[in-house]
Amino acid sequence: MKDLKVRARKKENNKQCKTMDIVRFNNIYKIYEMGAEPVKAIDGISVAFQKGSFWAIMGPSGSGKSTMMNILGCLDRPTSGRYFLEDKDVSTLNDDALSDIRLRYIGFIFQSFNLIPQLTVQKNIELPLYYLGWDAHKSAERAKELAEKVGLETRLNHRPAELSGGQMQRVAVARALAAEPHIILADEPTGNLDSHTGNQIMELLASLNKEGTTIIMVTHEADIAAFARNRLHMKDGLVERIEGN
Amino acid sequence: MHQSRLVRNIWLGIENLLLHKLRSFLTMLGVVFGVGSVVAMLAVGEGASKEALRQIQKLGSNNIIINSIKSLQEETSTQQRSRMSMYGLTYLDYQRINESFPCIHKSAPAKLIRKESRVGSNTLELRIVGTTSEWFELVPRQILAGRVFEKKDVDDLSAVAVLTEYGARKLLATKNTIGQIVRIGGDSFEVIGIIKTESGQAGNIQIPDQQVDAYIPLITIRKYFGDVFTKRTSGGSIRELVELHQIIVQVDNTENVESTAAGIERMLQNFHKKKDYEVSVPLTLLKQAEATKRTFNIVLGSIASISLLVGGIGIMNIMLASVTERTREIGIRRAIGAKRSQIIVQFLIETVVLSTIGGIVGLAMGIIIPIIITYFSSMPTVITLQSIILPLFISIGIGIVFGLYPAINAAKVDPIIALRHE
Repeated sequence: MKDLKVRARKKENNKQCKTMDIVRFNNIYKIYEMGAEPVKAIDGISVAFQKGSFWAIMGPSGSGKSTMMNILGCLDRPTSGRYFLEDKDVSTLNDDALSDIRLRYIGFIFQSFNLIPQLTVQKNIELPLYYLGWDAHKSAERAKELAEKVGLETRLNHRPAELSGGQMQRVAVARALAAEPHIILADEPTGNLDSHTGNQIMELLASLNKEGTTIIMVTHEADIAAFARNRLHMKDGLVERIEGN
Repeated sequence: MHQSRLVRNIWLGIENLLLHKLRSFLTMLGVVFGVGSVVAMLAVGEGASKEALRQIQKLGSNNIIINSIKSLQEETSTQQRSRMSMYGLTYLDYQRINESFPCIHKSAPAKLIRKESRVGSNTLELRIVGTTSEWFELVPRQILAGRVFEKKDVDDLSAVAVLTEYGARKLLATKNTIGQIVRIGGDSFEVIGIIKTESGQAGNIQIPDQQVDAYIPLITIRKYFGDVFTKRTSGGSIRELVELHQIIVQVDNTENVESTAAGIERMLQNFHKKKDYEVSVPLTLLKQAEATKRTFNIVLGSIASISLLVGGIGIMNIMLASVTERTREIGIRRAIGAKRSQIIVQFLIETVVLSTIGGIVGLAMGIIIPIIITYFSSMPTVITLQSIILPLFISIGIGIVFGLYPAINAAKVDPIIALRHE
């Protein structure tokens, strides 16, 4: 009788997980075969991030946070373990399917902005929409809307080289938002910015999170990580500790 | 929807190519010159073979032409022994040929003589062909004035002459000369017509009426002048007996041309001790000309494909460099969600746009060059629809073939590494 009850509660828990967790890692390993000694970049991590949360993944270099980010972003597949993205097992998908997941679920923000230099601000923002197959008119409207949101509506026809670092990162944020992703993955988003501009970008990200977007960010700067509501510390491919409110 | 995507892809390609204008232009040059030379060479080749075919067709594709030739043996023996040289086709040959081959439906004999002639106060030596009325059906020429002679003229042994343009010019005859008397070798002939002349050479066969000034019925010539003519040479004069210089035969069906020609050859062999005749078939020449054209086209094709190959390799080289240079861009696109196939399409379109623009520019060059050639050398050139469409498809094909490898290379880029790429 008691046993049944426990099982029922477990089931309920699982159900709750289904609705709340956007990302779930089940015993994820990432092992690189380099030379004789295999390198364990991720050495068995099980973790779940809730929908609407704002996480900072921290750790010294070599701790595995970049690998973590690549797997989270579906740029790389784990060697073993299962990765559920909104209850969808994405750990075994092929390249085309992963591309589609990146397109529809994930928005990337990079340390070095990674805008396409020959495209205008507008075209850069439109890029995910282009791959989604939106028509030109609809994409242009969406791009304008997003440019306004990040405060760059007057720069639509400029090329990245004509913008400041902060502005470039705003374009990157707008681009990341274009396809209405479920998660935004930010890899050291302020790494190439001065602290003032960096804070502005972080405020932008925090406001996006308030609107409901899940944000996972990799950083090694504590003051930047302070913008996140949860912090995950990594060390040697393992979760060292989790802190948050 | 899908189409507009393609159009956007093409624009994206053009925009990317415009970023490196000089590089794109230089890359294109290979295809430009390749296609340009193909089109120009095809035009020149086509022009030359068209001209040859036109000449041969003037001889008539159903015709067989038999010429008298002075054999080498004859040439030497006459000088030693008799002062009289006898060779060539005879009236009997003509009769036999007509009687032996049922598929011959028209034929005309020709006897060539030179005679001092006069119209009014103009005196000149005319080259005269004695023939029958069938001649004008076998070698149709435009009548400029008057008429050609008919069967009646031949049967009546009429003293009539048809002048050619050459002859008319020589004798300063005009349309008004029709009906006038021309004195040929002391006898009077009535000018009944003037016909247009065609000049030129087809293969080794002379156009039958080349360098002819006047036509007179054959029987009339025999009656007035006989068959023996004195030919003046450097060493004195040689008397020559040649009954007929040429026989033109028309066969009812093109299929029978070659077998009839072979039959005539065999028959003449039986009756002539020496080979003092020559059978030529315009159809054979036509076939030879076509074979030559095919060979020419193969040679042109090889040269063209080499130059296009070089152009294509140039494009591939640049595109490979471009892929390396744009590794980061590829990584960004892949991270955002572009599939491998979409990256391939992007780069492939860029290459195809490059090679197609090159092809169009080359085509323009290839059309202008033959015009210049024709203008300065009066060599005929012909640009066919095929010689325009083919190089265009080839240049698109080059874009695809030589763009595929760089595009696949681009798609293989690992986004993780590419994003770290500086």
